[in-house]
Amino acid sequence: MSDRVLHVENLTVDIPLATGILHAVDGVNLHVDRGETLCIVGESGCGKSLTSLALMDLLPTKATRKIKKLELGGESILGYSEREMSDVRGNKMGMIFQEPMTSLNPAFTIGNQMIETLRRHRNLSNDAASELAKRMLEKVGITAAGQRLGQYPHQLSGGLRQRVMIAMTLLCEPELIIADEPTTALDVTIQAQILLLLKELQSEFDMGLVLITHDLGVVARIATRVAVMYAGQIVEEGTAKQIFENPLHPYTRGLMRCIPVPGKTKRGTPLGSIPGMVPSLIGDFTGCRFADRCELAGDVCRQSDVPLRDPNGKTQAYRCIHSIEMLAKGGVA
Amino acid sequence: MLYYTLKRLGLAGLVALTVSFISFGLLYISSDPAIAMAGETASDADIEAIRQLYGFDRPILVQYFDWLQRAMSGDLGKSYYFRTDVSALIAERLSTTMTLGVSAITFAIVLSVPLGVAAAIRPNSVIDRIALFLSVMGQALPSFWFALMLIVFLSVTFRLLPTSGSDTWQHFIMPTIVLGYYAAPAIMRLTRTGMLEVLSTDYIRTARAKGLRPRVVLFKHALRNAVIPVVSLTAVQFGFMLGGSIVVETIFALHGAGFLAWESITRNDLPTVQGLILVFSLFYIVLTFFADLLNAWLDPRIRIN
Repeated sequence: MSDRVLHVENLTVDIPLATGILHAVDGVNLHVDRGETLCIVGESGCGKSLTSLALMDLLPTKATRKIKKLELGGESILGYSEREMSDVRGNKMGMIFQEPMTSLNPAFTIGNQMIETLRRHRNLSNDAASELAKRMLEKVGITAAGQRLGQYPHQLSGGLRQRVMIAMTLLCEPELIIADEPTTALDVTIQAQILLLLKELQSEFDMGLVLITHDLGVVARIATRVAVMYAGQIVEEGTAKQIFENPLHPYTRGLMRCIPVPGKTKRGTPLGSIPGMVPSLIGDFTGCRFADRCELAGDVCRQSDVPLRDPNGKTQAYRCIHSIEMLAKGGVA
Repeated sequence: MLYYTLKRLGLAGLVALTVSFISFGLLYISSDPAIAMAGETASDADIEAIRQLYGFDRPILVQYFDWLQRAMSGDLGKSYYFRTDVSALIAERLSTTMTLGVSAITFAIVLSVPLGVAAAIRPNSVIDRIALFLSVMGQALPSFWFALMLIVFLSVTFRLLPTSGSDTWQHFIMPTIVLGYYAAPAIMRLTRTGMLEVLSTDYIRTARAKGLRPRVVLFKHALRNAVIPVVSLTAVQFGFMLGGSIVVETIFALHGAGFLAWESITRNDLPTVQGLILVFSLFYIVLTFFADLLNAWLDPRIRIN
């Protein structure tokens, strides 16, 4: 088996609306290796959540997915029927959602919901599944695990519920976990614990992890590689080190100016912000999507679509017509 | 669960007590019971004699507790019209009403819950339109008209079913359809709405993300949560059927409790009306109690705090 857990080429998600077609995700390429954490960063509505749902084939019914290549563990799952996909979900790839408070069914015990997952994919007795579920709860740091199995979601706190979700997702030891803002709904101290837990479990199980977030602090903590999304496209992709130390795309550079850096950001000076608004993605769009908010933008930027390119072959690709040198001098940064 | 059950039971008892007081009071709100009993041509002396014979001259609370004590032991007084025990009268009629009520609510559930679920799975599909059409019809058709149409077609034209009476199970088919169809729209719409709402929740997405089979997602994860409001509604509808099926019982000459209520009201037979009101109210209370227990079983958030 290759080390590449996930390989996605040219993913597009369209949503038909009364006013036209919303191109929510446009030509996204992704890849994740075993043991690697890919963070997809972007602001609300940039298509990052839809990207994750599209990978699971769990998009809302009105959204249409087009995709050129979708491989999981080296095997194409693109032509899979709904039934075949359901064999993959929860088994080879699992997903953790943003809202731990509402992501578990209130009518069933934790144990019931964990055991049904296990027994769906593994030929296990109820007792064996229960024992495994208990051990997995212990693994995610839940005390009195045996007792927790008999409890209902509303009896647990948000942090505990997210731990349960993580444990449930890990039950079948998937090759890939997609976590969509797993810490957004939790308070800060719990956030840190959950992130640390994810990181530990990822290396223990040697999984690929796709973490979707808008929080650059989370990215800095956990990412191996980063893909920055803007208006449905990946505008920059590279290792965490590259993205944080040497961002190229004006949007990424703008984002970096928004976070305070200890020792670097001076007290009293305002943090950066990116002027303007995200363009409407309804209907056809030509040219750079960031052009209207970019200080470096000229007429050329608006004339034709800009490809994602990696001129130096350093695994850091960006979607801008300007050269690296020009960007480094940067009108923006 | 035990605590919850006891709490509900206590509440039900209090409601029953209130209801008993109101139904007792009805006798006195409407008219002087002594005059009603004595009849229009009675002399003042006759009325006074009756008043003393039946104890209507005592303080009202004394009369109430006296009445309550007798009611608890199954003595609801004597019918003015039939001159027999009200409790025996009601008991005799109740079996017909119960048979009709149980079959009608079963018919309503069997018709509306699957249709509501099917409509929710595919909103705006053909089946959803059919379900909508059926429920609008059920809501709009007056039951007496629908009953007459059934009689015209099934009994008169095709001679398939008896027109009226309660001798065989065939006599109950048309009343069941009419009464059940009347209750079905609300149950169907509530099932559909509940199901649509639940299907868009995060935990349904989780269930799908775990790779569960669609049928498990639908019938285990979604339906259980969607039927909770339906249970309460069905209990109320069922109570209504037991007490309020006067039109249907009258048209099909089913001599049930609803028909008796109508008869007794027209005859000013107050003890019978009083007894019926008490029995119908107790039905509601018992049904609501069981609906609450069923809901608590379905939804652990109700039973465990």
